[in-house]
Amino acid sequence: MNLRRLAAVAKKECLHILRDPRSLYISIALPMMLLLLYGYALTLDVDRVPMVIWDQSETTESRELISRFTGSRYFTAQSFVSSYKEIEHSIDTRQALAALIIPTEFAQLLGGGEPTPVQLIVDGTDANTATLALGYAQVVALIYSQEIILQKVRQLRGQVLTVPLDVRARAWFNPDLESKNYIIPGLIAVIMMVISALLTSLTVAREWETGTMEQLISTPVKGPELITGKLIPYIFLGLLDVLLAVLMGEYLFHVPLRGNVALLFTMATVFLAGSMSLGMMISIVTKSQMVASQAAIVVTFLPSFLLSGFIFAISNMPTVIQWGTYLIPARYFITLLKGIYLKGIGLEVLALEAVLLVLFGVIVVLLANYKFKRKLV
Amino acid sequence: MHSSNPRNIAVSVHNLSKQFDGFTAVDRINFEVKKGEIFGFLGPNGAGKSTTIRMLCGILPPTSGEGKVAGLDIHTQREQIKWQIGYMSQKFSLYEDLTVEENINFYSGIYQIEEDTLRRRKEWVIEMAGLQRHRGSLTRVLSGGWRQRLALGCALLHEPSILFLDEPTSGVDPISRRQFWDLIYELTGRGVTVFVTTHYMDEAEYCDRLGMIYDGKLVALGTPEELKKEFMKETVLEVSCEQPMKAMAVIQNLAAVKEVTLFGNHLHAVVPDARTAHKAIQLVLSENAIKLSRLEKISPALEDVFVSLIEAQGKATATGGEGA
Repeated sequence: MNLRRLAAVAKKECLHILRDPRSLYISIALPMMLLLLYGYALTLDVDRVPMVIWDQSETTESRELISRFTGSRYFTAQSFVSSYKEIEHSIDTRQALAALIIPTEFAQLLGGGEPTPVQLIVDGTDANTATLALGYAQVVALIYSQEIILQKVRQLRGQVLTVPLDVRARAWFNPDLESKNYIIPGLIAVIMMVISALLTSLTVAREWETGTMEQLISTPVKGPELITGKLIPYIFLGLLDVLLAVLMGEYLFHVPLRGNVALLFTMATVFLAGSMSLGMMISIVTKSQMVASQAAIVVTFLPSFLLSGFIFAISNMPTVIQWGTYLIPARYFITLLKGIYLKGIGLEVLALEAVLLVLFGVIVVLLANYKFKRKLV
Repeated sequence: MHSSNPRNIAVSVHNLSKQFDGFTAVDRINFEVKKGEIFGFLGPNGAGKSTTIRMLCGILPPTSGEGKVAGLDIHTQREQIKWQIGYMSQKFSLYEDLTVEENINFYSGIYQIEEDTLRRRKEWVIEMAGLQRHRGSLTRVLSGGWRQRLALGCALLHEPSILFLDEPTSGVDPISRRQFWDLIYELTGRGVTVFVTTHYMDEAEYCDRLGMIYDGKLVALGTPEELKKEFMKETVLEVSCEQPMKAMAVIQNLAAVKEVTLFGNHLHAVVPDARTAHKAIQLVLSENAIKLSRLEKISPALEDVFVSLIEAQGKATATGGEGA
């Protein structure tokens, strides 16, 4: 590889990037937009579920139960109603996702030895929220029941009773279980995968289309010089994106970055080299900008989104699909990013992922060079 | 015929062939190009001109046959050949979003031109292309002629000894075409060998020697004069008349006429004997009430030579097919 020729290619590619508003848009504006869009929209938290309440009992006891619900951060009282019709209406119009109905005889029944019925209705069209809301409601009700029992026992026996089991749950690394804390690092990986492959998918195909590739083949420039020369400016562009994304995570989404920033950027460089070579390979094979850009999106977006462990845990997938996830580079990058971001761990733990990511990069770079050589025959 | 001293040969090919998925694009062609000459490769689109030039430039590996460019083997020394040649493809492949100077700088980098020669070469290219006032202009905004000369300049930056031009004047205005050929003559005056493909017959007349390719086969080889003498034993009569299409149909049926082709709004009739044919054409046109304005013997153009060669080729293939 000749450095002079490599530099000439890299310089020329820089000029292309600077002169082409489209590539600048794809590389800077698009990832920022995606991060904003997904960062805000893609929340898996169920927070402050709007709830309507039909308090038929209207007693101190019923009001106590209501305050247990509205006092938690999982529910907010949307309005008080007095018929099933109104409940139906508010759920139909999505003003409320849940309804709590306390029967007239609530206060009398409570503590009478028989279980006291309380009805909770949730909007099942949003299954995820419904499940979570049901879970929260059960916990709220359980704690309230427990307190009533304990109080009762104390009144009867005059002694303080404690609950035999006291599970103290701690969610490490993300104590508030905020989904943004694991979504943002994963999102950075998915977005970078798509953007980087998309960007480079255009470069070689463009040269085939304009005929400059044929000119280049007649010169002494070699495949690796061309591919590496083209990669260099794009990797810097990609790192700029990662920097912007990290800054947005820090100042906009307040995701804690606990680990080593240098390690994060080193791994990002390795990841970008691999995904950009993948885009380049698509470009080499398809020879058309249109086909290449579409292929780049298809090949990167869905697999990175679905099979990387970004949203769906890999351990829950069927075994065959689990094997398939090893082919998705975003999988390693997401593990690395989450590890560095939330756990603050380094290579001592993440060595395997780092090695696999490097391996992926090396294989794709070699494959891109091989494909390029084959295309010339 | 093959007595030429190998030291004076810039390009030589022997039984060179190229096949794409069973389709033969170039079929066992043989020729030599002497140093410092302009060798024209003439033929219709799809005849195998570009495929041949691309094999010689190391862009495309040949399927079979031998070839030498600047004394180097086209199979095994493709990389070395690239230093000796300049290539200009049909599209004047420049980077349109780069300026004139940036394009030159890029190719200088690719050819690793030394810093001290770089400035001299760059000025030479800019002056040659007449782009002194457009150094900083994006290539996109330049006219066809300027782009063509800049592409030529970029292909000459490393001072190659052989220049390959693939249809260099397509899409360029006539004045720029003329200027371009002046440049080509200037280059050959300095000892550069020029291998040029074209389908413009008038341009073929500018070449020192010609190879005519049709359907992948080399059908004729020689100087323009030789070709006219050797392959046009018949006479060409130019017929100017009204209703040329109708006239062509009736003249075609005459026994005294071998073939008729339409050239613009004239007809060219290839005839074995001028006097008999002259009378026959006059007669048949007046019988059909077609007004004849002019009928005279002309010296055959290369196009006539080419058409008659292709006709002969077609007949040979047809009878060959029947015999087998």
